[in-house]
Amino acid sequence: MNTIEKDLLEKVAGLHEIPEGAYNIRANGELGGRSTTANIDIVSKTDKPGIDIIIKPNTKNESVHIPVIISQSGLDDLVYNDFYIGENADVTIIAGCGIHNTGDKKSSHDGIHSFHVANGAKIKYVERHYGHGDGLGENVMNPTTVIEIDDGGYMEMETTQIKGIDSTVRVTTAKLGNEAKLVIRESLMTHGKQYAKTDFTVELNGENSSANVISRSVAKDNSYQVFYSNIKGNNKCAGHTECDAIIMDNAKVSAIPEITANHIDASLIHEAAIGKIAGEQLMKLMTLGLTEEEAEEQIVNGFLK
Amino acid sequence: MLELINVSFKVLDDEGNEKEILKNINLKIEDRFIAITGPNGGGKSTLAKVIAGIYPVTDGKILFDGVDITNKSITDRAKMGISFAFQQPVRFKGLTVRDLITLAAGKEISVSDACTYLSEVGLCARDYIDREINASLSGGELKRIEIAMIMARGTKLSVFDEPEAGIDLWSFNNLIRVFQKMYEKTNGSIIIISHQEKILDIADKIVVVANGKVKSYGKKDDILSELLHRENSGFGCVKL
Repeated sequence: MNTIEKDLLEKVAGLHEIPEGAYNIRANGELGGRSTTANIDIVSKTDKPGIDIIIKPNTKNESVHIPVIISQSGLDDLVYNDFYIGENADVTIIAGCGIHNTGDKKSSHDGIHSFHVANGAKIKYVERHYGHGDGLGENVMNPTTVIEIDDGGYMEMETTQIKGIDSTVRVTTAKLGNEAKLVIRESLMTHGKQYAKTDFTVELNGENSSANVISRSVAKDNSYQVFYSNIKGNNKCAGHTECDAIIMDNAKVSAIPEITANHIDASLIHEAAIGKIAGEQLMKLMTLGLTEEEAEEQIVNGFLK
Repeated sequence: MLELINVSFKVLDDEGNEKEILKNINLKIEDRFIAITGPNGGGKSTLAKVIAGIYPVTDGKILFDGVDITNKSITDRAKMGISFAFQQPVRFKGLTVRDLITLAAGKEISVSDACTYLSEVGLCARDYIDREINASLSGGELKRIEIAMIMARGTKLSVFDEPEAGIDLWSFNNLIRVFQKMYEKTNGSIIIISHQEKILDIADKIVVVANGKVKSYGKKDDILSELLHRENSGFGCVKL
């Protein structure tokens, strides 16, 4: 692995070296390395590109890293990854995609991730998207996440896109069983002429199921963001969606939160706020000795943290 | 240490008419602990903001340790050693108490140092250090964190705009001790805008600002007795 690839790996997976435990590294559309454990198996699909990650029931405190890195300009990469989280397992999955594009052709990665979270299983899924490169070629990522959580299952998803992705459409759908719980935290920053669309649809089908979808974003320069979320309460359930955006420069942000109650005991809340950085916030930090630019940076970093 | 020479500050009201908030203020501050008091709407907070650079003066000059800071920015004045505690502290989504105290200190500080400042203002550091400065904190908690930040800065001059507002009685007595300690243990100077007799009572000198002007300025005992006498005799309805 060269320096650029190592840097991408660090950015998207926080990895400095080859990780401990189970991992699958996909580099420029090819398998770059794989390791399995007694409890976690990773199998290549035979009918289409992608892998199945199979986590045995009752597997505890193990993690899986599945980073994707693209350093070749003009590559269109498409993968289907399926995650099977066995009953009562408790694991962390760290995915992420980094593109380094110095050429003038478009590089893209479309990952379709499906999660099958069995009864009582608990999973934390961390996904980071990052791009860089000074070429004219666009970096495009369209991640799709399909989630099914069985009775009593729990999934926490942290999805971050901070830099360098020119165009992204991020679609997440979830279906929850009885007592199942889903927490999604999205952090997004766009700059330049970037476009980012986020689309969450959560169906609370089980009794006492709950979902909390929180998005924080910063839109800079001439970028454009669209946030759409729909939480459907089809049973006795609780749902909350919150979109909070800071708008800067000539950026545009649309927030379209939707909640649909199809059951008398569905309790659903949505909140959405868009605004620029408050002048008094900048002033406060300036009275601590920061310049206006430094103050802005602190506020943005804190907001997306 | 701080000198205001013929300082005026004007704004335009909603109808576009000029309104003079500060009228030709002349004030030379050399003592280490000054309280500014006077009726609401008299220009006290504006005066504090003019000193911190938040409002630019319309006319006049401000000297800080003999240096003309009239055209210096908020940042420059902060770096020169002026701190300002807001009357209504600002909330920040995402930034924690630890973040702001670190920024205030201007360098990485140990958790135990951060805790010292929080303990001084009566907050249990363990409960607060990682809290976000957001709507989950009460007005009183924010005020105390605001004061802890000023302590962490430890600058030559600290200006507090009504630090007692929104603080409960128990904390208020501690607040007096915080200022006394700051006065005794540091070499910095303190300017406090306050309506509270107990705070005025620990100052070296008191400035009374009313109707945009310095109405009186003198030793604490003289001004206090003048204010109390006026209040007791029912003249002028001066609120401390």
